[in-house]
Amino acid sequence: MDITRRRLLILLPAAAVAWKFVEAGTPEAAPNYKLTEHWWAMLVDIPKCIGCGSCVRACSEENDVPDGYFRTWIERYHVSDWKIERPEVESPDGGKQGFPPNEISAGKDFFVPKLCNHCADSPCTQVCPVGATFVTPDGVVLVDKSYCLGCRYCVQACPYGCRFINPKTNTAEKCSLCYHRITKGLTTACCEVCPTGARQLADLKNPKDPIHEFLKTHTVQVLKPHMATGAKVFYNGMDGSVR
Amino acid sequence: MTAIIVAPRPSPVSKSIAFFGNGVRSPAPGQTILFKDTEHLIRLAAVMVIAVVAFVLLRTAVVPHSFGQYGHYRGDAIAEAAARPIAHAGHEVCEACHTDVVDQKKLGKHVVVSCEACHGAQAKHADDPASIKPPKLNTAVLCARCHEANSAKPKGFPQVVTADHAGGLACDTCHQPHRPKIEETGSAKDKPATEAKK
Repeated sequence: MDITRRRLLILLPAAAVAWKFVEAGTPEAAPNYKLTEHWWAMLVDIPKCIGCGSCVRACSEENDVPDGYFRTWIERYHVSDWKIERPEVESPDGGKQGFPPNEISAGKDFFVPKLCNHCADSPCTQVCPVGATFVTPDGVVLVDKSYCLGCRYCVQACPYGCRFINPKTNTAEKCSLCYHRITKGLTTACCEVCPTGARQLADLKNPKDPIHEFLKTHTVQVLKPHMATGAKVFYNGMDGSVR
Repeated sequence: MTAIIVAPRPSPVSKSIAFFGNGVRSPAPGQTILFKDTEHLIRLAAVMVIAVVAFVLLRTAVVPHSFGQYGHYRGDAIAEAAARPIAHAGHEVCEACHTDVVDQKKLGKHVVVSCEACHGAQAKHADDPASIKPPKLNTAVLCARCHEANSAKPKGFPQVVTADHAGGLACDTCHQPHRPKIEETGSAKDKPATEAKK
């Protein structure tokens, strides 16, 4: 085909349009995911938790969490009848292998799964000196591993003890709310495996999410509300003794 | 260096002002010199300009281009976090092939239990079912994690003291894990605790 002036004039705009796609490079990991259309949270239904540790094991496998460190863990509370202000809390190996039978004594016992609260006004992101941790526009607190210095400010700042320094990378690590899953339309690993539905991922910006009906009909609480962190892990049926 | 002198306006009233003087020549009549010995000032200014340009160039080179896209952090970090591979395939993926298990589970209470709660992360198996097989499970350990009696568990949840209930036998000796309730009345004494209301 000879390139005439007429053909060139037709080809040039077409090439310009094609170049835009070339320039765009590799497509994003989640092409249909829009950051501004979500606001992620989690619901933990304490009366449903059986302390089986499935969530801890799944989290560990999904996120390659080193042994002895936890992005999520389960605590067993024992609140005795008379020493109500001093609950006994235990979490053997983060509850990863479930809990051994306990001695039954007067009082009440229950499990509390813990994880990053993905605070809207998170103390950990405020103290980071280099901008290595941040709240994403869809409400998830993430750590930029390649930017983290490992200074441990955030580990100290988190009132919930949800952060640790990964001994292999020497960078801060925490629950990412399985960001690599939720942006692909999946639920988190812990919610996927929870056998009783005690954990449920919630998208507060999605009007069809069952969380809205649940919040209307139940009284939920967040951990340490007096810290004003804007915590987004909602606990149903939580005892006042839970720290 | 020659002095830069603002040309005096031809006005008899206003005095002309020169900004720089070299200190050698005395000011012309009717002239005010603001700075004397300007050479070092110009050198200083040049050094500062070079420093500012160097800072701007260095900053552009060092700070990632996506820093500040959404806030005080590297915007690309979001896409990087989202791009990680998954380990748990999700029960919908399992159910696409294992329809026989789905049918079994529908008949019992374990219908609500996701496949990977017991079988572990199986995304690799889902990607390559022929060569990567899930490991065999030890029901004596696995079932006990959920069903071992514990005062902290919800009262309605089926629990047993496995030592008394099974006496060391693996749970799948009697129970079918996907549909755990034992239908036959032959072993009524060992009625599994799954009878209890959930």
